[in-house]
Amino acid sequence: MIQARIKKHFPQARGSAPFVLDVEFNAESGVTVLFGPSGAGKTLTLDAIAGFLRPDNGRILLDDMLLFDGASGICLNPQSRHCGYVFQNYALFPHMNLRENLAFAAERLPRLERHRKVQEMIARFRLDEVASRAPHELSGGQRQRGSIARALLAAPRLLLLDEPARGLDAPLRAGLYDVIREVRAGFQVPIVLVTHDLEECFALGDVMHVLNEGRIVQSGTPESIVERPTSLEVARLLGLYDLFEAEIRTLDPGTNSSYLRFGDFDLKASYLPGKFKGDRVWIYVLPERVRAVPRNGHRPASNQIPATVERIIERPHAIRLEFSNGLRADVARESFSGWAGTREWLIEYPPSELRAL
Amino acid sequence: MGSPYNGEFLMDLDWFPFWLSLRVAAISTMLSTAVGLWLAYLLANRSFRGKETLDAAITLPLVLPPTVLGYYLLVVIGRESWFGRAWEALLGGPLVFTWEAAVLAAILHSAPLLIKSARAALESVDHDYERAARTLGASEWRLFWQVTLPLARRSILAAVALAFARSLGDFGVTIMVAGNIPGRTQTVAVAIYDAVESGNGQLARALVLAVSILALFILWLANRLQPKQVAR
Repeated sequence: MIQARIKKHFPQARGSAPFVLDVEFNAESGVTVLFGPSGAGKTLTLDAIAGFLRPDNGRILLDDMLLFDGASGICLNPQSRHCGYVFQNYALFPHMNLRENLAFAAERLPRLERHRKVQEMIARFRLDEVASRAPHELSGGQRQRGSIARALLAAPRLLLLDEPARGLDAPLRAGLYDVIREVRAGFQVPIVLVTHDLEECFALGDVMHVLNEGRIVQSGTPESIVERPTSLEVARLLGLYDLFEAEIRTLDPGTNSSYLRFGDFDLKASYLPGKFKGDRVWIYVLPERVRAVPRNGHRPASNQIPATVERIIERPHAIRLEFSNGLRADVARESFSGWAGTREWLIEYPPSELRAL
Repeated sequence: MGSPYNGEFLMDLDWFPFWLSLRVAAISTMLSTAVGLWLAYLLANRSFRGKETLDAAITLPLVLPPTVLGYYLLVVIGRESWFGRAWEALLGGPLVFTWEAAVLAAILHSAPLLIKSARAALESVDHDYERAARTLGASEWRLFWQVTLPLARRSILAAVALAFARSLGDFGVTIMVAGNIPGRTQTVAVAIYDAVESGNGQLARALVLAVSILALFILWLANRLQPKQVAR
């Protein structure tokens, strides 16, 4: 288990604004994901844990080993931290073949045992046939597995992965996720993974921390965060929702309902706990849970908003409509084929899907 | 045969300066490489106070007139200096006006170039490899010998070749600290000057041609060694 509290101030430099990294999180067994846009401080956090970056202040504790402590001035070098690090470009040494790369990580072991462990790892990661090849002769997937195997051979107490799937096509990505799940199941090593890909958080993450501008802005399971973002900032970072501001007209806990005024329309929603009548709140709603039907001259029924379609986007599972008022809705492919020429639509919001930040 | 450039003539020529220069260059290159790699490593990897001053001091010999360097070197290794006296006490003779002094002159002439190029070569190694090695538990020593140096190998060999070529060519420092003693300290650069001064055009031409061909070959070698692209 790792407990990290990291503070570092980066003064203004040429071409970059000042930046403050101030994160605190624990990571237990399983995969902990640091999610955020580029420049949020995710990789800096990994670097501070691995010992490449000395924080100004804070404390990093890995199991019973103090890696860094600002108060007492302890700062172990990367060699003594027992943190495996898988780099974005895998960083397999180009002047050694794969087997030599792995043996490099097992140098501390006596010869025979080293040989046995390396062989074991090669077999486990299905690299037998390519073990004597140089890194540039390996496929992308083999390089991935090789660099993870190499990191594990050093017997780390924590495995850090820096955007391992960046720039990979879909099959390679799926393969990588399988490997990471295997590592999660087969090795007793907690994993901290950095990504800006929300799907990756869902595919791998047991716990997810959302980072923005050097801070953690929300933590939880990926499902819980997507269900309930706690701030406008997080909702915007996730990029999943339609967001609009509305005024609370009525609130009734008895019938678990509330009425919202959005523009010229009233929308019925579930009861919004912790809010007051008259509050202006941000409403978030997932476009895939919104219905849209052709207007055909009808007046909007309850919880419907009329809108003019502006863009039609083909997505893998549905057609996404983007309307001129900024709202979005998904329509099933089979129903859309009959409505293709329609410009005027009614967007219908199920009350339980309208949620307030 | 009439022509002065026949084989007999070449055999009769005094090739001692050429061989002496090769020996001086070989030894000075070895010493420069040993010390230079260490300094280049310090400059490339460590941050310490006075680093930029050290870098400037290393660059200084590239811009100072050779006579100034020679003067400094005389001050350091002259018979009155503690270094000169220690040398004399240990080896029974003064250091100045020996071929060993020519080696020192050649080092002063070629080491700055080597250190600068080696530093650039070490710094050009992708830091992710070095960081990866550290997270795998490799000591800085092992990291240098097994990762950084092999990855920078070709650039460093090119720098060593250039340093060798450059140490062949020193004139000013050599003549000040090693003098111009034929058969003892007269290197090829000094010998050419001497030959031209004394009107021995044949000798001058032969030595000039030999040095030029050798230098050209070394430059060609250095270019071949210089990596065309960094393997990933």
